[in-house]
Amino acid sequence: MTIAAGGDRQVQVRTTKMSVTNILARVATSEAVKPLLLILVILIGWDLAIRMFGIPAYLIPAPLDVVEQIVLQWPLLLRESLPTLYATLCGFALSALIGIPLALLIASSRLIESYLYPLLVFSQSIPKVAIAPLFVVWFGFGMLPKVIVAFLLGVFPVIVSTVLALKSIDAEMIDLARSMRSGPLRTFLQIRLPHAMPGIFGGLKVSITLAVVGAVVGEFVGSNSGIGYLLQIANGNFDLPLMFAALFVLSMMGVLLFWILDAIEGLLVPWHESRRRDLREGA
Amino acid sequence: MTYAFAARPVIAQSAPVMTAEAHISIDAVTKIYQTKSGQVESLRPIDLSIRRGEFLAVVGPSGCGKSTLLKLVAGLTSATSGTISIGGKAVSEPPDGVGIVFQNPVLLPWKTVRENVMLQIRMRGLDPAKYADAAQRLLKTAGLEGFEKSYPWELSGGMKQRASICRALVHDPEVLLMDEPFGALDAMTREKMNAELQRIWAESRKTVMLITHSIPEAVYLADRVVVMSSRPGTIEAIYDIDLPRPRPLSVMGEPAFIRYTQDIRKHFFAQGDLDH
Repeated sequence: MTIAAGGDRQVQVRTTKMSVTNILARVATSEAVKPLLLILVILIGWDLAIRMFGIPAYLIPAPLDVVEQIVLQWPLLLRESLPTLYATLCGFALSALIGIPLALLIASSRLIESYLYPLLVFSQSIPKVAIAPLFVVWFGFGMLPKVIVAFLLGVFPVIVSTVLALKSIDAEMIDLARSMRSGPLRTFLQIRLPHAMPGIFGGLKVSITLAVVGAVVGEFVGSNSGIGYLLQIANGNFDLPLMFAALFVLSMMGVLLFWILDAIEGLLVPWHESRRRDLREGA
Repeated sequence: MTYAFAARPVIAQSAPVMTAEAHISIDAVTKIYQTKSGQVESLRPIDLSIRRGEFLAVVGPSGCGKSTLLKLVAGLTSATSGTISIGGKAVSEPPDGVGIVFQNPVLLPWKTVRENVMLQIRMRGLDPAKYADAAQRLLKTAGLEGFEKSYPWELSGGMKQRASICRALVHDPEVLLMDEPFGALDAMTREKMNAELQRIWAESRKTVMLITHSIPEAVYLADRVVVMSSRPGTIEAIYDIDLPRPRPLSVMGEPAFIRYTQDIRKHFFAQGDLDH
């Protein structure tokens, strides 16, 4: 009997311990905390590495220095991020407005596809960084070349994803539409387009992160404002903390834009397989 | 509830009397597919009449062209030669008074069950207000009451196919075409669906053409069972199923039922297409 009682107590102790670790585990695995936790681990590793190996500040700055620079230079960073954001959004908007209709054309006709698609792939293989200076020569200093580079980088994933999404529709679904005597426009609006929405959003999400890269590349080669410009200045002055701070702001911009798109997708395409998990768990 | 057609006289297929009351007539229809490796003959000349209000089942080995036959009647593909007419009108494109149930439910995942049923109305450009009651009644008949606002992925396989049957019937077509509609369901759900389909048909009296690879399903549901040979598909035999309606599921154990299934199965033995 005493053994049994002792056993019980042990079990009890274990369960309370379990519940504490459970709570910790739950906090640690919640969706919002996971990436932050990983960032924290990386920051600690970064700091430790600098201390242990004595890496000089002109090679890699300490994380605290970067944080300090972010706080100190916040007004500057914010001011310079606006032109970059503007160029990114313009390039992205162009990617969507031109890429999606182009994809519709390609998906609707074999003939157009055979003419246009190889050319698009060919043009995509040209490194944008290499031809960016050309746009400065053509369109001058300022906003336009940045927007064009952002567009050129952003448009390709939109086209590829949209074409794939439009083409991957069941023959039975098209038969269904035909059996209902639906015209091509109604079939497109009611069936083909909604069916392609998840794929289109997949392309848009890749596009917006590439548009950020495009805008910065544009600023590298011909601009006197923006995060790209700031990066070049910081690089020239060996101001590594400022450079890292600028990179941080840039990354945050990419993440933020991606999240916004993701939220819009959640509103427009709540039915897709990738979004049903929460509903299933709730059920 | 007794049904007048329970005592329907057996009419031989070749009797010319048939054409007078034929709802769907298929005359000397052939179908040849052009593929990269050449021509594939799918259907040899097929002659078949389906009476108004008749439930006709077509069985045959896979690849015998029975689905092609249904697509021809549905106007989804055109015949290489021969003509098909529904109610005296030649079929050249999908006709008005036809509803189709496909192999898969093909419900749109972004629409609710009710919206999926009403799709038939919206796509045809009909007035949704006029058909809202019909949709609700059908959903109730199909046991989907309470699921009108559910999405297809929240339903079981049987429920999805029932919703697609509602969609095929909502515009009150004269003809219902079904292409192996229960092929993907488990045996028990399938029997239940068969019983429900019989009830829906008895209430609505549509002309039905059901393509199936299940011999018991064909015998249980149909007035006549058409047996097709393997490719190129031709009509090998037609059986009049003289079992009283409504047929309970237990009819499947009765000697008459078993005799029909055995007779039909013999054709497949002879063709060497039955491997179980």
